[in-house]
Amino acid sequence: MDSIADMGGTDGWGPVPVPRKDEPVFAERWHARVYVLTRFIRGEISGRNLDAFRHSLERLDRDTYLNNGYYGRWLAGSELMLTDSAILAPGAVDARARNLRGDDVAEPPVPEPNKPDYPETDSSWRRELDRPPAFSVGQRVRAKDLSPEGHTRLPRYARGHTGVVELIQPASVFPDTNAHFLGENPQHVYTVLFESRELWGTDAEPFSVTIEMYEPYLEAAA
Amino acid sequence: MSVPDALSPALRAEALEQLLVERGLVDPAGLDQLITTYESDIGPLNGAKVVARAWTDPDYKRRLLANGTAAIAEMGFAGPQSEHIVVVENTASVHNVVVCTLCSCYPWPVLGLPPTWYKDPAYRARVVKEPRTVLAEMGLCLDDNVRIIVRDSSSEVRWLVLPERPAGTEHLSEAELTGLVTRDAMVGVAKVSAVTAPR
Repeated sequence: MDSIADMGGTDGWGPVPVPRKDEPVFAERWHARVYVLTRFIRGEISGRNLDAFRHSLERLDRDTYLNNGYYGRWLAGSELMLTDSAILAPGAVDARARNLRGDDVAEPPVPEPNKPDYPETDSSWRRELDRPPAFSVGQRVRAKDLSPEGHTRLPRYARGHTGVVELIQPASVFPDTNAHFLGENPQHVYTVLFESRELWGTDAEPFSVTIEMYEPYLEAAA
Repeated sequence: MSVPDALSPALRAEALEQLLVERGLVDPAGLDQLITTYESDIGPLNGAKVVARAWTDPDYKRRLLANGTAAIAEMGFAGPQSEHIVVVENTASVHNVVVCTLCSCYPWPVLGLPPTWYKDPAYRARVVKEPRTVLAEMGLCLDDNVRIIVRDSSSEVRWLVLPERPAGTEHLSEAELTGLVTRDAMVGVAKVSAVTAPR
């Protein structure tokens, strides 16, 4: 889906923060707690589905996505995954947080989980495919101009543009269906190299970008 | 989110953890252990060891560039976010730099968790549109004749940059070289300097 998470080529962000050599792994303790909680939530508690977690991130509104940084969006995405699968009731975290700070509010009852019954065929995302790749190294391909309602890993800045297949990567579970618990639907994956002027016009700095493309995102180009 | 009585993320995180712990869905000791692992054991030192070995062992370098995942596993580094790592070499004429525009994908087992700048919207948005400008802002000015290739990590494939070995380090041992290699050089926003820098 088109979302705040798809940031490539968007404007207005200002300068890049200067790297700090002594940056701690976790700047605040809650960052560490959210990091590990999310690993358990997306890896075990709410189905083994990293794609579903990424889809929860892309559904956040702009403020929720940005205001508390990387771990703030992980926290909000985790909550969304848990309410999606009815492991937590909507408002449960809010109510508990209010009680923790001394308010006295009623907490919603624990719901009946509807955690998707979704057996994975392998713990990795890699899959073997019987069919050969549709495209070959060196072939010109175009990223389809798709704007799906659901999850996708096709960045907006590549859509409709033409590049060249640089590498064929291991076949993979398809995020666009897996994120919705609609099947692994494995696909071939290609590293496609785009020239900057194809993406950004004739005034662009000269450089290349590679993007990993799942086969359904691509069509042959002349 | 700027409502006057907004709950802090720290408080919300505590509430979430409490709710899951009291239902037996997570074990706090398991959480503590995973935090310690990422704070103490998994970080850019792992990647630095891979790079230093590639600089001193031509056969290892060949294996690393041909099959990054296997060559990195030889050094004992594997785990989530690194089931398939592609290693690309930076040279005097080609400069690779890695980003994830859609989230913040990063090769955890070799570099640890990503630094703040890597997760910042400015880096994610701009390095695929004006990399030469962004790199200069970050202190890396590349000659006009250097070809820049930006690697946008949009699938589960992870990228690791093998930086160029700096001149004047021919006499250094593999262990001494390891001390020179920085996280930023292995993402491609810096070069390795012959002078030791904090990682």
